[in-house]
Amino acid sequence: MAKIFGYMRLIAGALALAFVVATAMPAAAQQPNSVNPTAASVKEQQLLQQLNKIEGRGTIPDVKSYTIEQPAGREWREFRTVTLKWIGGIAILGILALLTIYYLWHGTMCIESGRSGRKILRFNVFERFVHWLTGVTFVILGLTGLNITFGRSLLLPWMGAPAFSEWSEWTKFSHNYISFAFTTGVVLMFLMWVVRNLPTRADLEWFKAGGGMFGGEEPPAHKFNGGEKLIFWISMIGGGAVIVTGFLLLFPFYGTTVSGMELAQIVHSTVALLYVAAMFVHIYMGTIGVEGAFEAMADGNVDVNWAKERHRLWYDEEMQPGAAPGQAMRPAE
Amino acid sequence: MARMKFLCDADRCIECNACVTACKNEHEVPWGINRRRVVTINDGKPGERSVSMACMHCTDAPCAAVCPVNCFYTTADAVVLHSKDLCIGCGYCFYACPFGAPQYPKVGNFGSRGKMDKCTFCAGGPEADNSKEEYEKYGSNRLAEGKLPLCAEMCSTKSLLAGDSDVIAQIYKERVAKRGYGSGAWGWQTAYRESIAT
Repeated sequence: MAKIFGYMRLIAGALALAFVVATAMPAAAQQPNSVNPTAASVKEQQLLQQLNKIEGRGTIPDVKSYTIEQPAGREWREFRTVTLKWIGGIAILGILALLTIYYLWHGTMCIESGRSGRKILRFNVFERFVHWLTGVTFVILGLTGLNITFGRSLLLPWMGAPAFSEWSEWTKFSHNYISFAFTTGVVLMFLMWVVRNLPTRADLEWFKAGGGMFGGEEPPAHKFNGGEKLIFWISMIGGGAVIVTGFLLLFPFYGTTVSGMELAQIVHSTVALLYVAAMFVHIYMGTIGVEGAFEAMADGNVDVNWAKERHRLWYDEEMQPGAAPGQAMRPAE
Repeated sequence: MARMKFLCDADRCIECNACVTACKNEHEVPWGINRRRVVTINDGKPGERSVSMACMHCTDAPCAAVCPVNCFYTTADAVVLHSKDLCIGCGYCFYACPFGAPQYPKVGNFGSRGKMDKCTFCAGGPEADNSKEEYEKYGSNRLAEGKLPLCAEMCSTKSLLAGDSDVIAQIYKERVAKRGYGSGAWGWQTAYRESIAT
């Protein structure tokens, strides 16, 4: 009996083995000879085409390192190394050339009726402080900024690498820290002068006559003529743009990504260079362009005849009885 | 001379992060800076791939082009290096780099960046080879000792290859031919404007 059971167990075992083999065989037959796991895997060029960058998940705390490829920097490179230099070069050299031609053709705009010898306060000490705070910091920021764009081409060859690096490091620190003083200046200037710089009908007349800059009489103007208002708004809008983008760059990755900072740098540098070009016009007009104009920002007093010729409406306001104290005419010292 | 490159075979990378660790240890890279990192794309989904990425030592390197003080230079082995004495920490190379390689220690107030740090292909910097100064600024100079970058040398699956372009491309091609698939040399098109035909 035991022998029969032994045979049966052997047969059962053989059948079980045959069953396992039989069920396993079709599965094995379905497997292709070579597996291609990349058929379903992520693909570099496909990801780049879709998003123009490749990012995933990493294991280090630095989240920005999870982006491993982002070729967009190439466009920024092209902007920085080529486009920006052309924009800046044309804007700054172009303005300087135009101003030189204008000066040679027109010369200084004189006080036609001569100096009266009497003076009138145009800008009080606070106005002058805010103006020079903004102005001096603007010049430093402008020069240190130009160094970042043009220094490598213009200064590095004759300064030598170590000296130029030392200088550039200082300009970087100056640029970063002085930005706060400049921001203060722009904000105060806006609060102080915005009402007086709102456009009026008189400005339209002023612009129609070219401000008397190309012959003809200068139309009567309030405290600020059309051209000065234009400079004011260029300073406020341009200043606002460089301040906002500048702080974005000063605090990397606070609310920005790499592409955000590339964009911020494009706006910052383009606006800044156009701003510098515009300020050359302002500096020209405030110095050699118009006789007697600089005094307004030096000790604050301008000649009465200058006021009559350049800012008739403002002069009339000041001369009205009951004009604000401290604004009245005073003898020349 | 050789044209040194990295090649990460994403079909082999198992995301063990040993390359990251080896790099940090070899060069005593400070806390917060990683010259190399491993990133997993589509993590946890079918078809996920991990890629180990560092400076790719680009041809016509964008970092060198945008640097305001021209602190980058390319060695005879086509390794892109920089001088920390000249670097002013402006951050421009980070904007230009397609691989996020440049990093800056945070120094001082606001976003003030210190001297930039990045992968040197284990080739140090402008100082004398394997000098104390070079080691302190850039880490060890294995290339000067005739060795290849440590990250690739100790890669457990030999996913990360480092060496002469022709040699590592040939190794990769043979692999792809033998196993029948390959997702390509990640970053090569961007860094060198060429890929490996397989």
